[in-house]
Amino acid sequence: MSASGAERVVIVGASLAGLRTAEALRRAGFAGRLTLIGDEPYEPYDRPPLSKSVLSGWLGTDRLLLPRTRDLHARWLLGVPATGLDLEAKHVRLADGRAVGFDRVVLATGASARPWPEPFQGALHGVHVLRGRDDADRLRAHLAELAGTGARLLVIGGGFTGSEVASSGRDMGLSVTVTQRGSAPLAGALGGFVGSVIGERQRAHGVDLRLRTTVHSLVDDGSGRLRGARLCDGELLDARVAVVAMGSVRATGWLRGSGLVADERGVSCDAACRALGADGIVVGGVYAVGDVARWRHPGFDADPVSFEHWGNALAQAETVAHNIMSDDVRQNDALPAFWSDQFGMNIKAVGMPGIADQVVLTQGSFEHGPFVAAYGLAGVTIGAVAVNSPRVLDGYAAMITERAPFPPAVNAADGPDCPVAGEAGIPRPATEPAGPAAASPLTAPAIVREGQP
Amino acid sequence: MHVLVDLNRCESYGQCVFAAPDVFRFRGEESLEYDHVPDGASDAAVRRAALACPVQAITLGTPVEEAPLREVTCR
Repeated sequence: MSASGAERVVIVGASLAGLRTAEALRRAGFAGRLTLIGDEPYEPYDRPPLSKSVLSGWLGTDRLLLPRTRDLHARWLLGVPATGLDLEAKHVRLADGRAVGFDRVVLATGASARPWPEPFQGALHGVHVLRGRDDADRLRAHLAELAGTGARLLVIGGGFTGSEVASSGRDMGLSVTVTQRGSAPLAGALGGFVGSVIGERQRAHGVDLRLRTTVHSLVDDGSGRLRGARLCDGELLDARVAVVAMGSVRATGWLRGSGLVADERGVSCDAACRALGADGIVVGGVYAVGDVARWRHPGFDADPVSFEHWGNALAQAETVAHNIMSDDVRQNDALPAFWSDQFGMNIKAVGMPGIADQVVLTQGSFEHGPFVAAYGLAGVTIGAVAVNSPRVLDGYAAMITERAPFPPAVNAADGPDCPVAGEAGIPRPATEPAGPAAASPLTAPAIVREGQP
Repeated sequence: MHVLVDLNRCESYGQCVFAAPDVFRFRGEESLEYDHVPDGASDAAVRRAALACPVQAITLGTPVEEAPLREVTCR
């Protein structure tokens, strides 16, 4: 039993965040009944390799199981989605009609790939998304068929998943076209400036990168197979396989009517991973962890967001376990960090480059080879991105934590003689009023420190 | 034996690749990839790899408990 008297903990979602929460709970001494519910019929597995090691053919999807470092003594309900949450009756409803009672519930349902908006086109043979094992198996098989035929792979969306799929496609010798609505790939996470640098390197690897380009429709060959795509400029692009990589939708549909604040952006919660009600007040006994959790990081002046980072799932799992087992409430203030491997580039980032207003090259060269760029918001260093420089980020992480002035004084031996900061080029929604995240350089830095709500 | 590498923590020193080249490898200059479920024959090499990692980014686990598709209560 926990300090707070919980005897039954139900974790909805059996991927990285759910598994790690279960492990952390047992490590913290939770001896009650533990149930994990997962919609996929698989033991917990690691997702990042799906777009890389799996698509390129090096690893089968059965080689991704996540290690368990202890015996969980858990009840596993896999292959059955949760369909509802009743906070009054304190049970989770399952698709097979069962109800699972709890004292504490952890929401860890993650996200799903945003589907192509037109369902008939999205169902054409050859149109794929990539989120889970089954997606990866289907896509891998289809790409292998394509290899050597000269047919084209179309990737719709130049974010991390789309770029990694494109990289794997090039590794297989396919001709690859990527359409990106904005002015650069990866612009949402890294800004248009660094995104353009990455985009040039993608082109050097043979990608036909179409910027400021959207796909108007996916075209049927008359027999239910993909023939190509009609682009916004009217061009009909031949393609036998298309991957829809337009981001993700947080898996919260099953929470409709629960009283929680949940939509496709995630479940609203605080930095202690406690779910919030419509009044902004903590809902007792309900926690959110991983991609599905939408929260405001206590170290940054930014809107609440879902941090869809592998490392965030680990950090939040520890926070949730602590807060279930202890009366003192702990916030998660771990510095965000993420990586991507594509086109021979190891891209690692710390902080929140996606909310920056300025960026500066601090090491290496944008033209070729490794580089590091630091990101600033209103004169404070808030993020850094390192390409093929995996051993330098600890120093930048320290600067971000200390709120070092921007541009930071790095003075690296491989740094530029005269660092010149430029616009980071983070895309902002043009139709919405600028929120607190869209701070202008004139706004005083207002980074909220731990302890404030 | 199951293997997990924290690729945020990994700094691509490559000690694991030297210790267990059938399990860990580089794709490009700095991008590590690895088999999460290596064959049992690799266990000793994988243990050496985990010990050799300068940033201790490698977690090893043993599948001690089934996570079956049907409901099983283990206590």
